[in-house]
Amino acid sequence: MRKRLLAWLLVLLVAPFAAGAREAPPVGEDPVIERRMMALSEELRCLVCQNQTLADSHADLAADLRQEIRELMQKGQSDEQVKRYLVARYGDFVLYRPPLKSTTWLLWFGPGVLLVGGLTALYLVLLKRRRLLAAEPLDADQERRALALLSEDEGQPS
Amino acid sequence: MRYLRFLIPLAAFAVLTGFLMKGLWMDPHTVPSPLIDKPAPAFRLTQVADAGKSIGRDDMLGKVWLLNVWASWCVSCREEHPVLVEFAKTGVVPIYGLDYKDTRDEALKWLDRLGNPYQASLFDPDGRVGIDYGVYGVPETYVIDKTGTIRYKQIGPITPEILHDRIVPLLRKLNA
Amino acid sequence: MIAELGSFSLMIALAVAMILGTVPIIGAARGNAGWMALARPGARALFVLVAVAAACLVVSFVRNDFSVVYVATNSTRALPLRFKIAAFWGGHEGSMLLWLLILSFWMLAVSVFSRHLPAAMVARILGVMGLIAVGFLLFILLTSSPFDRLIPAAEEGRDLNPLLQDPGMVAHPPMLYMGYVGFSVAFAFAIAALLGGNLDATWARWSRPWTTVAWSFLTVGICLGSAWAYYTLGWGGWWFWDPVENASFMPWLAGTALMHSLAVTEKRGGFKVWTVLLAIFAFSLSLLGTFLVRSGVLTSVHAFANDPRRGVFILLFLSIVIGGSLALYAWRAPKVGLGERFELVSRETMLLTNNVLFLSAAGAVLLGTLYPLFLDALGLAKISVGPPYFDVVFVALMTPGLFLMGIGPLARWKQANLPEIGIRLKWAFGVSLITALVLPLVLGRWSGLAAFGLWLALWIFAATMVNLWSRLRPLPVSGLGARLRALPLGYLGMLTAHIGVAVFITGVTLVKSYESEKDVQMDVGDTVSMGPYTFKFNGVTSGARENYLYSRGAFDVSKNGHVVTTMTPEKHQFVVSQGEPSTVAAIDRGFMRDLYVALGDQSGNNPTGWVVRVYYKPFVDWIWGGCLVMAMGGVLALSDRRYRFARSAVKDVAEPTMSATATA
Repeated sequence: MRKRLLAWLLVLLVAPFAAGAREAPPVGEDPVIERRMMALSEELRCLVCQNQTLADSHADLAADLRQEIRELMQKGQSDEQVKRYLVARYGDFVLYRPPLKSTTWLLWFGPGVLLVGGLTALYLVLLKRRRLLAAEPLDADQERRALALLSEDEGQPS
Repeated sequence: MRYLRFLIPLAAFAVLTGFLMKGLWMDPHTVPSPLIDKPAPAFRLTQVADAGKSIGRDDMLGKVWLLNVWASWCVSCREEHPVLVEFAKTGVVPIYGLDYKDTRDEALKWLDRLGNPYQASLFDPDGRVGIDYGVYGVPETYVIDKTGTIRYKQIGPITPEILHDRIVPLLRKLNA
Repeated sequence: MIAELGSFSLMIALAVAMILGTVPIIGAARGNAGWMALARPGARALFVLVAVAAACLVVSFVRNDFSVVYVATNSTRALPLRFKIAAFWGGHEGSMLLWLLILSFWMLAVSVFSRHLPAAMVARILGVMGLIAVGFLLFILLTSSPFDRLIPAAEEGRDLNPLLQDPGMVAHPPMLYMGYVGFSVAFAFAIAALLGGNLDATWARWSRPWTTVAWSFLTVGICLGSAWAYYTLGWGGWWFWDPVENASFMPWLAGTALMHSLAVTEKRGGFKVWTVLLAIFAFSLSLLGTFLVRSGVLTSVHAFANDPRRGVFILLFLSIVIGGSLALYAWRAPKVGLGERFELVSRETMLLTNNVLFLSAAGAVLLGTLYPLFLDALGLAKISVGPPYFDVVFVALMTPGLFLMGIGPLARWKQANLPEIGIRLKWAFGVSLITALVLPLVLGRWSGLAAFGLWLALWIFAATMVNLWSRLRPLPVSGLGARLRALPLGYLGMLTAHIGVAVFITGVTLVKSYESEKDVQMDVGDTVSMGPYTFKFNGVTSGARENYLYSRGAFDVSKNGHVVTTMTPEKHQFVVSQGEPSTVAAIDRGFMRDLYVALGDQSGNNPTGWVVRVYYKPFVDWIWGGCLVMAMGGVLALSDRRYRFARSAVKDVAEPTMSATATA
């Protein structure tokens, strides 16, 4: 009887500590470095995966490389230095943001050129068109259709 | 003359098709090594067979040698191993192994079972040296020359054709 | 037997398609009514035959016929029924059959809804679609038949890829295919017009509903794909600029440009040649996408297993279809006339500017997707092009277009008055700018990115409202409902779609600026807090369901001390196919935010400890909500009375003729 009571007492004393609801610790020892590492890993490619970032990959090599990056950052290396470290070993392939080099000028400037070129072409075409159309007077049939369309416009406040 | 610009889309498409055709025969997965024609990264590792003995990169200067990255858990390595064993018998070039992310026990058992073409195998359990060499998938093989510069990297298993067409001619050139 | 029936049905379909692809077109060129009349019954027969083949495949799956290779590699006995049916399109061969089925479905639709079109036009349209069907039928029968037999038959199948065993799989591919296969109709209309030489405003009016409906399906399809990736990949991402995603996005961009260009052509008969080229582009991009995804040329999580032989076939097919249509374009286009006048500053010009912007964006996506291939093929380098590139370039290109979206609808046709528009929009501009600058502070933290995105979204919304108000005000009816009903559906559709864009931008901006994530190690009883929410881990239970084992975590979520919900993320380990367990994240969806919890791996040493990822994603559902609103806009637009072509309308439509004037 006494033993039972003692046992219960012990349980009651220990219980609150055993069921300790604590704030979950973050993965990795240093949360600041961890965050930096994950942010950088989002821009790096997993080399053994089918198009996944280093951050999201479950592959062994990816885990190894993340650990490598963690250690480099702990040693005080900057993001740029870490990237250079990886590129020295794996080439530009490991970067999801292609570096700006002569081989990637077309890639980085192409869209802008395309846009400017397209807008210029549009402008020139419109000018030419206006000139050509101004040179042809409307015939009766076209004039009838033109008037019909114009009145259609009237019904539609823009 | 002005009709020519209507041909531009067709011409651009033809160029695109050319590239896509070429692309069908290429492998988007292989990562070529940026270390070709650069000095082999330094290392000092213990041997698989003998934890007491170690080998460093500079120990290898003065000779042309092959560094073959393998592991007992690697399935494709089993394909290439007989080729290496045969090749080692010819004595053309010393072959050293880099046992990547493995355990000594498993590695030795594997070599026992399948043959040992290596002068020695370096033990790289955490894969650090592998990372330095840009290893991303086993098996991989490096040809390193007398000055310690990497001259060629083979990604994937070595076949007799690759030996015959690429590696042996290169070795001949480097040894000359 | 069933599989052979399916094969046989496809062979007959090939014969029908070959006849359909030649006789009506020649008939149209020669004016032979009998030959032209073959088009409609031909298309319907084709649909029936392909549907029979599809049914045979479904039956094979449902009956667990593992003597069929395709069934054996994509199913198991224990696979739930809905996934057995969805497994139809789970692999390459089946997805090709789905492509064909949907193509023939669109052909059926055209054969039914084309009473108002001249016979020659119908003959050409269905003929062109028939030729495309021939290509796919040959491809399926020669290289990728889902009906190949496995001898001896397997006892059990290898199961459908675990990632695909999901409701998303049931809906996403069919919707997507309805979209980009649907662009084949607009394409066929364009080719038919080039062949017949009847390229004018009426052609544009007929083309438009088909283009809009395909576009709406594609919008929904892409939206579903993104939403599916969001909850199934376990890291809360929803768009990765993966080559396969880009393959569906490029046709969408071209299709959007096409819809806007058709508006100009319908209104002014102008830029017909350009619109035709866009129609060719949109479908070409669909075909190109089909090639990229299954040829092994690019790396992607979504890609089907590849075989260079198949790649060559598709590339050959692509060359014939796209090359042929571009050659036809080069031949016929110079002869087409100019259309009517409009000023440099007008709604027409703004719509055409939209075209330039959307096409530049499509071009940029294509460039980024193929660039690694270009450099590799030239032996120059091996690079990767990923989200850091696309995010920057795409947003930069789209921004001017998004700004224009506020102005364009207010511009008059033929001649717009910019100063007048400026006056009408000045409040919209000011209010949206100020709200955008202030909102980030309200949401907790200033962010330039957030302000910029919010401003664009608010600008579009405000300008759209100004437009709506100016249309509603002069109406002679009273009451908002009656007034809205009095407006043309085409107009309301446009407004809705544009608002959808604003909603989408809001979602993207706010999620990217304000989402937060915590990666923690949790043991039973541990808590983690995120903003006002606290998540308490109550451990993991395990069990088994039809064809997998699961581990199910339980989390109590409380806000301000009260438990508001429980979340149960899971991990599924499939029994037959092994491999990585798939993550099913627990998502508590809300109008203003999603709470997202995913189970990671078990923490090494501790048997009850798990790595848990918790995300707080504000306004993320606005991303897909916005897409759905866009699609709804498309549906509204095509319901417009203008497109209800009655048989009688044929009398009013004179056989359109080719304009023999100077080139554009």
